[in-house]
Amino acid sequence: MSDLSQATAEALRLVAGGDPKLLDIVLLSLRVSLTAVVFACAVGLPLGATVAVSRFPGRRTVVVVLNALMGLPPVVVGLAVYLLLSRAGPLGAMGLLFTPTAMVIAQAILITPIIAALSRQVVEDAWVEYREQLRSLGERRFGAVLTMLWDLRFSLVTIVLAGFGRAAAEVGAVMIVGGNIDGVTRVMTTAIALETSKGDLPLALGLGIVLLTIVLALNAAADIVKDTAQRRYG
Amino acid sequence: MTSAMRAPRSLLPLRLDDVVFAIGGRRVIDRVSLTLEAGRRTVIVGPNGAGKSVLLRLCHGLLQPTSGTIAWNALELPGEPRRQAMVFQRPVLLRRSALANIVYALAVARVPTEHREARAREALRKVGLDALAAHPARVLSGGEQQRVALARAWALNPEVLFLDEPTANLDPGATHEIERVIGAMHAAGTKIVMVTHNLGQARRLGDEILFLHQGRLLERASADRFFKRPASLEAAQFLEGELPW
Amino acid sequence: MVVTRRLFLAASLCVVLGAHAQDRFITVASTTSTEQSGLFGYLLPIYERQTGVKVRVVALGTGQALDVARRGDADVVFVHARAAEEKFLAEGHGVKRYPVMYNDFVLIGPISDPAKVGGGKDIVVALKKVEAAKAAFVSRGDRSGTHMAELDLWKASGIDIDKAKGAWYRDTGQGMGPALNTAASMGAYILSDRGTWLAFKNRGDLAILVEGDKRLFNQYGVILVNPDKHPKVKKELGQQLIDWLISPTGQKAIADYKIDGEQLFYPNAGDPAA
Repeated sequence: MSDLSQATAEALRLVAGGDPKLLDIVLLSLRVSLTAVVFACAVGLPLGATVAVSRFPGRRTVVVVLNALMGLPPVVVGLAVYLLLSRAGPLGAMGLLFTPTAMVIAQAILITPIIAALSRQVVEDAWVEYREQLRSLGERRFGAVLTMLWDLRFSLVTIVLAGFGRAAAEVGAVMIVGGNIDGVTRVMTTAIALETSKGDLPLALGLGIVLLTIVLALNAAADIVKDTAQRRYG
Repeated sequence: MTSAMRAPRSLLPLRLDDVVFAIGGRRVIDRVSLTLEAGRRTVIVGPNGAGKSVLLRLCHGLLQPTSGTIAWNALELPGEPRRQAMVFQRPVLLRRSALANIVYALAVARVPTEHREARAREALRKVGLDALAAHPARVLSGGEQQRVALARAWALNPEVLFLDEPTANLDPGATHEIERVIGAMHAAGTKIVMVTHNLGQARRLGDEILFLHQGRLLERASADRFFKRPASLEAAQFLEGELPW
Repeated sequence: MVVTRRLFLAASLCVVLGAHAQDRFITVASTTSTEQSGLFGYLLPIYERQTGVKVRVVALGTGQALDVARRGDADVVFVHARAAEEKFLAEGHGVKRYPVMYNDFVLIGPISDPAKVGGGKDIVVALKKVEAAKAAFVSRGDRSGTHMAELDLWKASGIDIDKAKGAWYRDTGQGMGPALNTAASMGAYILSDRGTWLAFKNRGDLAILVEGDKRLFNQYGVILVNPDKHPKVKKELGQQLIDWLISPTGQKAIADYKIDGEQLFYPNAGDPAA
């Protein structure tokens, strides 16, 4: 317990101290994970919704695979992306290894299946209600996908938050493709891993508390926005 | 080519030839043949499970027959604006304002953008909901939502309007409103094909009655004749309330 | 409407990811123990101020650091495992090895000292006592420079550790810090570099028991990754760093780095035997 109170004291000291390095790390974490979420949504939401409203041979397999990919181990994704981006690898010429861009790529790959699988479920559940009416109006598949995504936007907010949470929490992928370089690719989770391995547990826990608080604040903000809008639109 | 230049052939008459619709071996629609003409308001009645809703969906194209043919007088090509509309028992509205719901339907129908809002407002006015145009559709009352659904259909100016028990969930006041709108749409030239289990409504709105029982079209007659002198035993029992299914 | 939102997001993305290295920088693959000693945090800002070149250190285990360099993903490699470095050069991945500095390892153990090695000056004698007492011993087991040094010392003690290891020998596969954490929590002996130990905060009842034996000295070498084999290597900037490290300025900076008043690294670029 004294570890925990020490950690809380550390967390408060870090935040109150306004350490610029800490601020950089926090901002980078947010930049990387939010950017990854944006890409993951751009791919995952239409993908999930399309699978939800379509019938095609092999559909069940696609659904099962999407669900399974939600459990992709971050470290495996990190390794695969590392091999892709390494100078010795196929995309080495782009010079992306050990940069925040590589981290965004890895996290986007990691959370796209989550966004796709969960949005597929949400859209499919609602499709039962909407299907006949949209068909009656003459809506084709592409239009139906967009309409469903927008109409279900409140439920999808929760899914996006889940994706962001997963991205912000992982360390395996960003450690490998980012290299935890001080001032360049060090994010909250890799900083916590570093301080833990240095034996500075109160600091590591303190950083953990800072990270949790930020994610909590983001979730709370999203919840308020969603709740107000939902109450208005029904 | 605008629709004005095309002067399309009318969709009607609609011919059903020996249509069968089976699920898991069971015939929900059992060899129904009929022709729907323009003009008269057609009301479909029958006991529960007779296949009324399925028949409606077959006509509208939401279901494909297992065998037999369903042929309109003119083809609706995929990707073209629809010339039929359907109103369901439960209105399905989007999480947008009432006006936006109608504008959306007009957008799907490829109505030019500059005309959409005006047409939508006009449709809401015709059903008496212009004051609620900006209101989120999903928080309206059941009767108001159904009126929005009708306004949406009306804005599309369909040749045929299918209605599947549109007032089953509404109180008498709202029911009266809906019936008024349906009457107005008919007066404006839309063919009405409606399923109802409310015999009073069938009497009020029907010009001709189709009586369905266990997937078969047992009787077809003008409303007057059907209610006074039903030709089949089942129809007589049904009108007496002695034929639950 | 959905489309314009997407475009806006894509645009803001470009801005966010924008800062694509307009500044000059090189990538150095080094070891976790070196980074955790705090040396880079002290040294590199000095270098950057003097030259305007940013140095990005990817800190891994020695084996992994050399592997990263073998793929050409680093420009310079800076580790402390002579045999592995020579092999790296023999494979053609490096240009030339320059000795830079050395630090030393220390034998850490519980104050209760069940194997009675405390105060000794001979590491080989100490290890023999640890093995004889079957006292708990934590090994890094991760192919790092420290791990390889540990294995060499067992060999020097005449102990075939693969045969002799039993429940007392804990092969953890971890970096120096986590391994020290493990040793602290189980009161075990462990071989550590002095730098990590000095920076380590979670000591429990561990202390330095054996130090000073010449065989515990840990030599660091720096190598430029071979641009002939890996054309993307930044050879001028990489060589510039190496030249600075072995220059009097760099060597003095290394010697000036202290934790709690104690010097960690001893510059020896001029030593022909290093």
